[in-house]
Amino acid sequence: MSTAEILETTQYLTFKLEDEVFALDIAKVREVLEYTTVTKVPRTPDFMCGVINLRGGVVPVVNMRLKFGMPDAEKTVNTCIIIVEVSIDGETTVLGALADSVQEVMDLEPDQIEPAPKIGTKLRTDFIKGMGKQDNKFIMILDIDKVFSADELAMVQDAGTYKTTDK
Amino acid sequence: MSGIDKHKETYREEAYELLTELESSLLELEERPDDIEQVGRAFRALHTIKGSGSMFGFDRIAAFTHEVETVFDRVRNGEIKVTRQLIDLTLSARDYIKKLLDGTDISDNEEAGEILIPLKNLVPQPIDKTLPLSPAASSKGEACDGPDQGEITYRIHFGPNPDIFKKGIDPVYLLDELHALGSCRSIAYADAIPELTDIDPEACYTYWDIILTTDKGINAIKDVFIFVEDDCKITIDVIYDSTKFGEEFGNKRVGDILVERGFVTQEDIDQVIVRQKRIGEILVEAKMVDQRKIESALAEQQHLKEIKQKEQQKEQPVDVASSIRVSSDKLDSLVNLVGEMVTVQARFSQLCAFKNDPDFLSVAEEVERLTAELRDQTMSIRMLPIGTTFSKFKRLVRDLSKELGKEIELTTEGAETELDKTVIEKLGDPMVHLIRNCIDHGIETPDMRISVGKPAQGMVHLSARHSGAYVLIEIKDDGAGLDADAIRAKAIDKGLIAPEDELTEKEIYSLILAPGFSTAKTVTNVSGRGVGMDVVKRAIDNLRGSIGISSQKGIGTTITLKLPLTLAIIEGLLVQIGKEYFILPLSVVEECIELSREDIANAHGRHLANVRGQIVPYIRLREQFAINGKQPEIEQIVIAGVESHRVGFVVDNVVGEHQTVIKTLGRVYKDIEGISGATILGEGTVALILDISKLYQIIEREEVVL
Repeated sequence: MSTAEILETTQYLTFKLEDEVFALDIAKVREVLEYTTVTKVPRTPDFMCGVINLRGGVVPVVNMRLKFGMPDAEKTVNTCIIIVEVSIDGETTVLGALADSVQEVMDLEPDQIEPAPKIGTKLRTDFIKGMGKQDNKFIMILDIDKVFSADELAMVQDAGTYKTTDK
Repeated sequence: MSGIDKHKETYREEAYELLTELESSLLELEERPDDIEQVGRAFRALHTIKGSGSMFGFDRIAAFTHEVETVFDRVRNGEIKVTRQLIDLTLSARDYIKKLLDGTDISDNEEAGEILIPLKNLVPQPIDKTLPLSPAASSKGEACDGPDQGEITYRIHFGPNPDIFKKGIDPVYLLDELHALGSCRSIAYADAIPELTDIDPEACYTYWDIILTTDKGINAIKDVFIFVEDDCKITIDVIYDSTKFGEEFGNKRVGDILVERGFVTQEDIDQVIVRQKRIGEILVEAKMVDQRKIESALAEQQHLKEIKQKEQQKEQPVDVASSIRVSSDKLDSLVNLVGEMVTVQARFSQLCAFKNDPDFLSVAEEVERLTAELRDQTMSIRMLPIGTTFSKFKRLVRDLSKELGKEIELTTEGAETELDKTVIEKLGDPMVHLIRNCIDHGIETPDMRISVGKPAQGMVHLSARHSGAYVLIEIKDDGAGLDADAIRAKAIDKGLIAPEDELTEKEIYSLILAPGFSTAKTVTNVSGRGVGMDVVKRAIDNLRGSIGISSQKGIGTTITLKLPLTLAIIEGLLVQIGKEYFILPLSVVEECIELSREDIANAHGRHLANVRGQIVPYIRLREQFAINGKQPEIEQIVIAGVESHRVGFVVDNVVGEHQTVIKTLGRVYKDIEGISGATILGEGTVALILDISKLYQIIEREEVVL
């Protein structure tokens, strides 16, 4: 994924995982919820938190920390669920992303964004649309469609065959 | 959508239904070529498609259908015999009309010709030669040409030219011919006869009004006058059509008839009617009409009364259920709303139970009762008889068996069994697949059948019936059956099972549902089934149904689909494990018993419970789902029937019955096994719905691995 696509000023929603700041294209974000009870679906990988009730609909929630290989953290008052709309196999699906806290909505000019380096991000490069800079800090702009692509979530399927009888 | 588009859409919908009607009548006709009622049904369908087609600007459909209809008119009149060829051609005509409706194939006129030319060739002689009668007759006649073997009453005015005898025609013969067509009354008018001195003995001065009730159609009447039409004044009007509803012709008053005929005006009638005498007498007295005309009108009145009476006797008391057309979107949103309502009601009941206020509780109970009723009613609206799908398959069987050179009869049973609309819609494709399999691989060629001592004609039997909260659909053929050895060999070949695996027959049959099984090339002289059977399985799984296969080599195969009645709301049993809630479908739950520590100790840690002397294995859901926390002192076992076994599911606590509105878990969790969906509980949290039989299968599989 190159930054060539990012040609105009776009608004991003930034959120924090541990100390790192990530950004999502605001067009993908539907709303931000406070953390509520999440019902775990058995026989799924840990990063799949489970499902929540979003005004009568059932929405899956993904723990972003675990998804990106970070340790899980205690829930705080700032913990929130960002409801995003992603397209999986051409179908729009609503998903929740569990984040430590939501920061702000910010404008980023195209010249503030650089392509993601191939190494050093500790994340798969195709998850990252680009790197934004703000006050000498880096912001990782995520390609949420890739993060939640069918292949990524297909791990759910494989995990179904795990033996999970440990106490 | 603009007004006209809306109408067009309605027309399309209606036309699709009529095409289905046409198809089924044609197929019936094929079985019983003499069934005049089916000819009528087909004709009516064609006629309506044509009529409303031209009304809404579907000119091509109207033009094409008109041609087919013309041919069918001949069939109806008995001029053309119902043959296989006719049925074939009409069926392809039907397909063509469908294409036109779909909007595909806009340019191609050849196909229409291909159908129409042979179709017209079936007509014995002069094809649809419209008889040039007086304009009034032909235009009016055309309009009522359509309604078929239902009886129609015509008023024929027959005024021969005075010189008719000179042409060698006796009007009396014509009248006799009319009498032969049906119930007939004729009134002769002598008022045109001149004074005796002026009479030409060779001239005909008489004219007639004839009231005729016939089922032969207007063309038959026109045929009577075919040789004299140029020499006579003939008008033919329809005065009563039994195929049209709601028009009260039978009780026409003399005055009305006279007005209609133009002998008097409505005002004349109104004037004289105040005198309260018999209208006929009054009119004669008033010299507005002469006695003869009154007699004629009275005759017509009498005739119509009789016809009407006869019809009423004939009419069976058929209960015509009135219905309205509602778009399925509206229905879907209604079901969604009812679903949410049920959820809210559950919450309300919970809150009331918590408050423990008797007033609130009684209201809550009332709301609960009403909601349950509302839910049942809403669900029943979505129920459709499965018969519509069945009749679709008739065509499939017919076409396919012909293509393959096999003789196959499709019989159906339980077409009235009702299923949720969505289930029926999604059932279509898998059923087609299964039936194709029956015909393609199951049933042998006629020669082969005869050589093994079976009748040449094969049989496919479709049946549907209710069984609790499920509907069982059976697809049964009397073909070669499944070859268990061959399937086994192939499964080993494909690596689905190990050569040393011991499998029951049932297990072997279910191998054909495995995904890998299908892609292989068809094994010769084995039934070769399994082509796409995994697709069928997936479709049925998505409907939360299951497939059962039984077969006897050489005798036939039966495939049973077990489907839930509805997809939207089920009765569930709410249970609790730790902090998590789960729903078990109540339809499979048999009973709940307690499981104490002592019982566990007595069983030496084996997962077996003693239920009134019967050994029931159980599954500890807490372990299966890796739920942390301490289990309570006394647990509960929910005993469910799974594939004729009794299996217990151990939970912490049984909360109680719960109206479960099923929500899908979405794409992300689409491959999760053992969970069929989720529901939202009263307090707003999500509970998962367990797929009991799937869960059992998974655990069975895993235990074998251990």
